[in-house]
Amino acid sequence: MWPRLLSLVTLIVVWAVAAALAHSRLLPGPVTVGAATLAEIRSGELPFQMACTLGRVIASFAIAMILGSVTGYAMGRSKTTDRFADPWLIVLINLPALVVIIFAYIWIGLNETAAILAVALNKLPNVIAVMREGARALDPELDEMARAFQLAGFARLRHVVIPQLAPYLAASSRSGLSIVWKIVLVVELIGRPNGVGFVLGSAFSLFDMVRILSYAISFIILMLLIESLLVQPLERRANRWRRRPA
Amino acid sequence: MNDAPTAGDAAPLELRIDAKSYRSADGTSIEVISNFELRLEAGSFGALIGPSGCGKTTILKIAAGLDADFSGSRRPPGAGRLGFVFQEPRLLPWRTVEQNIRLALPADQADVDLTDLIGTLGLDQHLARYPGELSLGLARRAAIARAFAVRPDFLLLDEPFVSLDEAVAARLREELLALTTRTKVTTLFVTHDLEDAVELADRLFFLSERPTRIILEQTLSAPRGGRSEEFVASTSTELRARVAQLHANGSKA
Repeated sequence: MWPRLLSLVTLIVVWAVAAALAHSRLLPGPVTVGAATLAEIRSGELPFQMACTLGRVIASFAIAMILGSVTGYAMGRSKTTDRFADPWLIVLINLPALVVIIFAYIWIGLNETAAILAVALNKLPNVIAVMREGARALDPELDEMARAFQLAGFARLRHVVIPQLAPYLAASSRSGLSIVWKIVLVVELIGRPNGVGFVLGSAFSLFDMVRILSYAISFIILMLLIESLLVQPLERRANRWRRRPA
Repeated sequence: MNDAPTAGDAAPLELRIDAKSYRSADGTSIEVISNFELRLEAGSFGALIGPSGCGKTTILKIAAGLDADFSGSRRPPGAGRLGFVFQEPRLLPWRTVEQNIRLALPADQADVDLTDLIGTLGLDQHLARYPGELSLGLARRAAIARAFAVRPDFLLLDEPFVSLDEAVAARLREELLALTTRTKVTTLFVTHDLEDAVELADRLFFLSERPTRIILEQTLSAPRGGRSEEFVASTSTELRARVAQLHANGSKA
């Protein structure tokens, strides 16, 4: 634990020294940024903007995960589906995030639906590709066992299929979360009247580096907390049976 | 013995495989089973004996309804609860032994008392463990418990004693004998080991080389359980000689 702590302290010290040397409005020090952050939290401004962003992150993440898992599973299990959907997947993977966002805003309008859909579409191909691998790796022997014992739909999914897909689900949600929140900020910057991305955009036009740093850092901290308090424990729980000695 | 698993209604098993073929890599079709016909009375214990690679597992899969790609018929076609013990235990590694045993129980029987079954198979102390922690012998027992837990009308066993120490295998044979006699389930047992078959079964079916068919059927009238080692040894020797003779005649013809 302590090397990590040391690394963090070093980062802050380097930042403080650099800020002191630069002595510029464009690189405020950690104390200035910390004080500004506290003020923003007290006024309720920062929590509100973060909540807006977090809501979009959760919505688009959920859509991408559900849609991507179902599609990826179908493609991994059926060659015909795979051949049909694969060209679409390739196009989607190679479509720049910005292009998807612009299309969504132009065709659907500058609204919440367009924003969330644009983010979900950007994340979707990655989930599909990972879950397709997971579905391909399903153990045919366990599948046969489930059929022999007439395990029906939901029970089969719960006991046989999902535990095998769990590592793939964990991998795609980890990488997914970081992709999603980065794109949410861009979507907010371009076409939303609130959220961390919107605040960063307006602060950018004013060259307000204190604000930019305090929002950016707060949001990174929030995402790290979600990762270590939610995603990692879930992953550990899903892999509980693996840690036992043979 | 009301908490012991019992067969619903013991039913006869009939299987006729006129032809079963595989498509090989170069596209030609290879016939692996032909003119195979088997009938097991309700509640009887049949053994399929044959060299490895002769398609025994394929026959079991067809009997289980897992492989429908053959010409012939199977009765009952889909009815009846099935217990299947695969050659590999095929337990779910992410479920405990007890959860694995209860895996296939219908929702309204999920909490049914299995103490007796679990006790017979000596699994009492291992219910909370995960399959990765078990020896092969214990994992096989768990797989057998899973098959009996559903109170099967039919039980299919694929080489359940293979790669076990003789002592472990002998105990497992006794347990299996006790369970099948008690539940009177119609059982089809696949093995390459004639002695195992002679000890356990009341009907023996000897298989030919590919394309596989039955070359000899033999009923053993001595009561199952309590067959002496001498009986097993002498019967096996005698049957082995007859089968060798049949194989020799077959290859001459």
